[in-house]
Amino acid sequence: MYEGPVQDLIDELGRLPGVGPKSAQRIAFHLLAADPADVRRLVTALTEVKDKVRFCTICGNVAEEEQCRVCRDPRRDLAVICVVEEPKDVVAIERTREFRGRYHVLGGAISPIEGVGPDDLRIRELMTRLADGTVTELILATDPNLEGEATATYIARLVKEMDLKVTRLASGLPVGGDLEYADEVTLGRAFEGRRAYS
Amino acid sequence: MYVARLSATDFRSYAQVDLDFDPGVTALVGPNGQGKTNLVEAIGYLATLASHRVAHDAPLVREGAERAVVRGVVVQDGRETLLEVEVTPGRANRARRGGAALPKARDLLGTLRTVLFAPEDLAIVKGDPSGRRDFLDDLLVARAPRYAAVRSDYDRVLRQRNALLKSAGSARRAGAQLRTLDVWDAHLATAGAALLAGRHELVEALHPLVDKSYAAVSRGGGPTAMEYSSSVAPEIAGSTDRELLEAALSAAVAASRDKELDRGLTLVGPHRDDLVLSIGGLPARGYASHGESWSLALALRLAAYDLLRADGGEPVLILDDVFAELDAARRESLADLVAPAEQVLITAAVASDVPEQLVGARYDVAAGQVRRVR
Ligand SMILES: Nc1ncnc2c1ncn2[C@@H]1O[C@H](COP(=O)(O)OP(=O)(O)OP(=O)(O)O)[C@@H](O)[C@H]1O
Ligand SMILES: [Mg+2]
Ligand SMILES: [Zn+2]
Repeated sequence: MYEGPVQDLIDELGRLPGVGPKSAQRIAFHLLAADPADVRRLVTALTEVKDKVRFCTICGNVAEEEQCRVCRDPRRDLAVICVVEEPKDVVAIERTREFRGRYHVLGGAISPIEGVGPDDLRIRELMTRLADGTVTELILATDPNLEGEATATYIARLVKEMDLKVTRLASGLPVGGDLEYADEVTLGRAFEGRRAYS
Repeated sequence: MYVARLSATDFRSYAQVDLDFDPGVTALVGPNGQGKTNLVEAIGYLATLASHRVAHDAPLVREGAERAVVRGVVVQDGRETLLEVEVTPGRANRARRGGAALPKARDLLGTLRTVLFAPEDLAIVKGDPSGRRDFLDDLLVARAPRYAAVRSDYDRVLRQRNALLKSAGSARRAGAQLRTLDVWDAHLATAGAALLAGRHELVEALHPLVDKSYAAVSRGGGPTAMEYSSSVAPEIAGSTDRELLEAALSAAVAASRDKELDRGLTLVGPHRDDLVLSIGGLPARGYASHGESWSLALALRLAAYDLLRADGGEPVLILDDVFAELDAARRESLADLVAPAEQVLITAAVASDVPEQLVGARYDVAAGQVRRVR
């Protein structure tokens, strides 16, 4: 245990994903030794992300305004929605330049172990977007792991009765993986070769 | 194939150890608790990414260290391959082959193949069904590494499904959660069918080899029988038809849903199955004598060795402290059977435990120091 504020910082850092107790300690002491100006920049970045960034009212992606950049872009195809788990997946898919439609960010995947069920995800919002018939194709681009597959299957079953083309990203993505880490070429190919949901 | 070199850093009792091995027999000899098993455990880890002694990785890392690293050079058909794995408890392992980082540690599986005999093997015959299921599944993965993914998928579906059954049985949010149960059922059936097909095929291939080895170890004993006993439905016995198995599993899961919701557990599927072993028409578990049970345990490992060898790429044999457990006749039989193998690594507390047929290189292990004496 360290003196109050140092230990507080270590505890807070340790709560971040992917940061273990040892790394938390390392980051804390790095900050302690760092130039005050650098630390102030970090503090500003942290405050601004909480104050200025919100979630797009249409798709759930991170946005600086009411709507995100993709949803505001008039050139995007309104007939196609690509469903992803997290905002970082939007970034990964945008990098491929293969996709011209809009997104729907679920905010995770179904995982009973973590207590996440369909009601904890933005699935109801998705159904609302699909209701008026503008959308004709739904691409399920949840992660190629068990939870992502289960979420895709669940959504596919929900929309089964709708007049909608439902596709899943083609295999070729590393199974058990995270969409974010797929390289651009693989992810781009997965888009081209997406298969219809049966 | 053989292991030409082992280096381990912060693995078990070793801060650093580097050993060279030749093909043929190598014995690691030394008093209890000096670190003999730790060495062969490290080699086994390179082959299976698991320990034969503990289910979790934490005990493998030297007390006070953050991570362990195991490196080995494997020689097959004159070609050397460097395998490396970094073990950090609570995190995904990292592995490299030939210096190149692998996307997943489990991509390392299949390069080094080992068959490890240990005193714990007696539990395959005498213990709970889980030991027999693990025996089958470990061998499936050793034969075809893709089963590592099948197995972990099935385990994960099972954990997710059990979590759902538990929360659905108790929580207020049951309704919402329950709507996803159908989805998990479907995934359970798909993953379970793949695992069942593999196990059925394996039992079929394994039994004649077990019977042959049992007769050899026990000098004419037997006959043995192996019957895969399924919790799913008797009709699917032995089937390798994935569609049929998936349908049967789906039906069985649907039929037991109410009971499963009450119990908060998945009650049918490969995780509830058993491999019933018998000798001379009687179940081995509960009936076989201590010596007979040992013969059968050895026969199972020897059969695994024969099967892997027939697939191509002779596995490395590791005999951890087994001779001390056996009577003179079984000792002799086992020694005769393993002597021709390309590489045999033996641990023993005293040199006289190692049968004469298996005299080869020898290392003395004392207080964490390993010294070649022959
Ligand atoms: N994570 C660890 N950190 C430090 N020491 C450990 C660790 N795990 C095991 N040990 C030590 O290693 C020793 C056991 O080594 P090992 O099991 O290889 O013995 P052995 O030579 O095979 O003995 P036996 O003849 O009794 O089978 C024990 O003294 C144990 O305390
Ligand atoms: Mg030992
Ligand atoms: Zn948006």
